[in-house]
Amino acid sequence: MRIVIAEDLALLRDGLIRIFRAYGFEVVDAVDNGPSLVRALTTHRPDVAVVDVRLPPTFTDEGLRAAIEVRRQIPGLPVLMLSQYVEQLYARELMSDRGGAVGYLLKDRVLDVGQFVATVRQVAAGGTVMDPEVVAALLTHRSADPPLRALTPREREVLSLMAEGRSNAAIAGRMFVSEKAVSKHSNNIFAKLGLEQSEEDNRRVLAVLAYLEG
Amino acid sequence: MTGSGERPTSGVALRFGLLGWSFLLLLASVLGAALLTLWITAVSVVAVGVGIPLTLLATVLVRWFADLHRQWAADRLGEPVARPYLPTPQGGWAVRLWAIMRDPASWRDWAWLVANAVTGWFSYGLSFGFFLCGVFYLIYPFLYEVTPPEVFRTPFGFFRLHSVQESFALVPLGPVFFAIWYTTAVRLANLNARVIRSLLGPTEQVRLRDRVRQLAASRAESVDSQANELRRIERDLHDGAQARLVSLGMSLGLAEQLLADDPQAVRRLLVEARESTSSALGELRDLVRGIHPPVLADRGLDGALQALALANPVPTTVVVQLPGRLPAPVESAAYFAVAEVLSNAIKHAEARRILITVEFAHHPDVAGGLLSMRVSDDGQGGARIDGGTGLRGIERRLAAFDGTLVVDSPVGGPTEVRMSLPCGLS
Repeated sequence: MRIVIAEDLALLRDGLIRIFRAYGFEVVDAVDNGPSLVRALTTHRPDVAVVDVRLPPTFTDEGLRAAIEVRRQIPGLPVLMLSQYVEQLYARELMSDRGGAVGYLLKDRVLDVGQFVATVRQVAAGGTVMDPEVVAALLTHRSADPPLRALTPREREVLSLMAEGRSNAAIAGRMFVSEKAVSKHSNNIFAKLGLEQSEEDNRRVLAVLAYLEG
Repeated sequence: MTGSGERPTSGVALRFGLLGWSFLLLLASVLGAALLTLWITAVSVVAVGVGIPLTLLATVLVRWFADLHRQWAADRLGEPVARPYLPTPQGGWAVRLWAIMRDPASWRDWAWLVANAVTGWFSYGLSFGFFLCGVFYLIYPFLYEVTPPEVFRTPFGFFRLHSVQESFALVPLGPVFFAIWYTTAVRLANLNARVIRSLLGPTEQVRLRDRVRQLAASRAESVDSQANELRRIERDLHDGAQARLVSLGMSLGLAEQLLADDPQAVRRLLVEARESTSSALGELRDLVRGIHPPVLADRGLDGALQALALANPVPTTVVVQLPGRLPAPVESAAYFAVAEVLSNAIKHAEARRILITVEFAHHPDVAGGLLSMRVSDDGQGGARIDGGTGLRGIERRLAAFDGTLVVDSPVGGPTEVRMSLPCGLS
């Protein structure tokens, strides 16, 4: 799998390159600023890009802007954003084209290397992945919403995990229940929120996130 | 002397109001002359001892009297006339007397009492006199008729009127005097208000003295709060991230030792080390947000407030109108002030909707302009600056930038907190 990395701190860039090589990725380019990122993505058209939100030259949300700009030219180019902090505002902008194949994670999540690499593959396959912190903020934001209050604690937990972009199998493994139980919860959730149930994982994530964003 | 309700600003009502005032102020200027006499008497017997309390008493009266006039002049001119007095020190009567005598504002008060006895008569008296003349000539035939012979028979001293019919010739003078009164009333009153402002208001020197004092206080405040902030950051780093890194190092060191003998234990230690790293990162993230939220650096005040609104459970509308990016210190002060007022509204007000508006307006008194921020909610109201909800702290921090905070929160709501910060735009 061909990957482009954008990270300005050499230490972290090398760490990411090492991880991806170890898992059999082909790192086609590793850049350290916004303009180079735009160039690298448009010339290499990788299977997935892992991008730090804050990049030179402005040291603001340069990476995010570059990714959104490139995805406008190459719709659906899989991009996983990494950041020292997550902002719901940025998650919303990233998902605004509703195309999927995006992820937004805290850099902390890289520490769980196996899970992190699985997430990158998920994004590369067109999935949508949100950091648990973004999902928690979304749930807080909508906490006064009557349909959400009607959910049982168990259903709420399933909803969070679905919004993070996990499959039924992953949710089942994490909650120590059967996949059948998860799909029962998921049916209840969709009924209570008045959403149309979808078997396709990515459509489901997008529906849930769209609902939570209100 | 504060008026209530709508105050007439033009026309006949205003002039009749001023007529009433000129009568009162005319009496007051007599009272002022009496106060001056009292003061001179008091000062001249200071040596006898009884003069000291008498002078203090006279000073209190004069200042009260001057305050009434300041208020009147402020209402007239539409801008406040500040009290220029130095603070009176605590201590014996002699100490206070000395402080009062040394205060230039006291001498200006007394100068004003003298001036007022002259200009007061000139302006209020003239205005009042014009009106009386108007009335006088309008009813001249009536006076001619009801008074005994010879009283109103020779107007201006050299005419001689032989009948009531002839006296009607003087009636047109009534409207003439009314016209003079009408055109001069406002000007004479304003003239007096200016005299009051120039003598009773602060001089440039006093204004600067007060400004220096205010700046010194707000500088001390910001130095203090900066030191507190640094101490808090130091403590957070020491107890949080630093401690986590130490424990991380220990786990790794131990893992190194155990690598050959007990791979199972090493695995546990590595998991622990990873968790330690996550916690340290989380703590550092919170710390950074408290110092300067990254989204503020990325997107400015507008974006940062939008992000804030997205992250809170009460539906919040943010309307920001800025022609450009604010200077970083102002941006940060504005952000934290609004964030804190917002979190107050969420915690205490039980609001269902919150509106945040931020506007920048060019202002003649400030180089640059004035940033106004309003946070309004439909909650239960009753918020007070001294209510222990942190509004006082916000006010103090804004004061370091010459900013202000006003709370309008009747019990039962709605609440509106208005803040302003003078600033330039970049």
